[in-house]
Amino acid sequence: MSEPNPASARGTDQDATPVFAVEERILGIPKSRWPGIIAPLVMGAIFLGLWEGIVRYRGIPAYILPGPMEILKTLGTDWPTLSIALWVTLRITFAALIAAVSVGVSLAILFTQSKWLERSLLPYAVILQVTPVVAIAPLIIIWVGDVNLSLLICAWLVAFFPILSNTILGLNSADHNLVALFQLYGANRWQTMRYLRLPAALPYFLGGLKISGGLALIGAVVAEFVAGTGGSASGLAYRILESGYQLKIPRMFAALLMISVSGIAIFLATSYLSHRLLHRWHESAIRRES
Amino acid sequence: MTEAPPQGRAGQRPLVSIRKLSKKFSNGTLALRDVDLDLFPGEFVSLLGPSGCGKSTLLRIISDLSQPSAGTIEWPGADRADAYGKAEHSLGFVFQEPTLMPWAQTLDNVTLPLRLRHMAASEANARAETMLALVGLKGFEKAYPRELSGGMKMRVSIARALVTEPKVLLMDEPFAALDEITRHKLNDDLLAVWERNRFTAVFVTHSVFESVYLSQRIVVMAARPGRVMSELQVDAPFPRDNLFRTSAEYAHLCRLGSEALKAAIEA
Repeated sequence: MSEPNPASARGTDQDATPVFAVEERILGIPKSRWPGIIAPLVMGAIFLGLWEGIVRYRGIPAYILPGPMEILKTLGTDWPTLSIALWVTLRITFAALIAAVSVGVSLAILFTQSKWLERSLLPYAVILQVTPVVAIAPLIIIWVGDVNLSLLICAWLVAFFPILSNTILGLNSADHNLVALFQLYGANRWQTMRYLRLPAALPYFLGGLKISGGLALIGAVVAEFVAGTGGSASGLAYRILESGYQLKIPRMFAALLMISVSGIAIFLATSYLSHRLLHRWHESAIRRES
Repeated sequence: MTEAPPQGRAGQRPLVSIRKLSKKFSNGTLALRDVDLDLFPGEFVSLLGPSGCGKSTLLRIISDLSQPSAGTIEWPGADRADAYGKAEHSLGFVFQEPTLMPWAQTLDNVTLPLRLRHMAASEANARAETMLALVGLKGFEKAYPRELSGGMKMRVSIARALVTEPKVLLMDEPFAALDEITRHKLNDDLLAVWERNRFTAVFVTHSVFESVYLSQRIVVMAARPGRVMSELQVDAPFPRDNLFRTSAEYAHLCRLGSEALKAAIEA
């Protein structure tokens, strides 16, 4: 006890090499990632230029194929109608995603607590997943009555399974030695869940969220298509159908563009969230110098 | 093995007493057969043997992670149950891998056993900081496991095992995956911590050299079925350092250890 702390006097693996590669940034984005951003942008510009050129050169009428400029113009003039439609669709998408996350994660936690529950319920979750939503949407709309609620249920049905299955996988993939360690220190179920299983499941959950974000939008749009002919819905899919009947093709393209942009935005948002939560510790978020 | 406690220990009460202990896995493998072993307070014991001799299984049984099929394991020297009748955690366990939580910083990894016992964060942090300083990791409290080298991760793992001030520290080939230089350094540092805190250390290894350098007593085990073959006393005084590692006495003990291990492998 009297000797002055011999362990620290002998040093601390200072020969350890850092794993972080510090990279130069332009506009806050690492230099090596710029080619990946610029290349598709250039490709897109060439494509749009050709499109516009061909439409003008051949004099193709707008009700067959509108040029990009015409679509953009329509987006501007029809913005009041389209923005309301966008809002309706996005509201259903986000509500469905939130429902998918809460039901998916809760069920996953329940299933890992009780094997019997998992055995008896998981097959039905699979059945819900493999049944095409277009096929059951009319039924749901008839049964539920309220159109918005039935759209929400349809979008939720499509979105929740990736979250459920990924979270189950994640909760069960905690390091078995760590599980033994928790057992050794007498951790109760709640502690093991909170300090071990949930953090271990986070990367898997976020992977599921990325998939479900896109699926929730697809589910919302598909359900709107089915319900749209009923007349009371007013989301983007309904606007597309309506434009089709009225041969307002530029508006159809504008609505399509809004759906695509929303999908991309959802993907970027979930990717960003995933990066924020994992970049300090998870292997998937590490950039190593080769 | 004899029924009597090992030589020179008569009269002292063992901390852990294992008698006629056997372990049979559900697939029929007999991992341990009739193991008798006493662990005395404050001693450094190595379990030496070829792979498959049940060293790790024995550690898991001592730590209550696995139940014996037959025989007894008693703790005559310690009250194992706390006020709630639950097993008292006077054990520390170091696995072959560092087994750290990758999402938690060093300090949070070390305070884990304390947090699981509902200790106030301020006290837990203070204890963890002391322990980290002791294993030579002062200043790395905020680092994530992947920012640390293999040796440093092992130090964190040892700090976590020691933060509860256990009576027994069980180590399952903790340095097997490290390079020679790092392993020597960790051996030295482990001995320094042990001399300071004087817990009972049980060190599983398949390296004769490591076992002779570290321990006071080497229990040699044989495989298929796992059993205790012989025991080797290492009376060299502590502190041990490079001088001991290059001494004739060390070489002689290593030869004895190698012969015992060879006999165990051929048995």
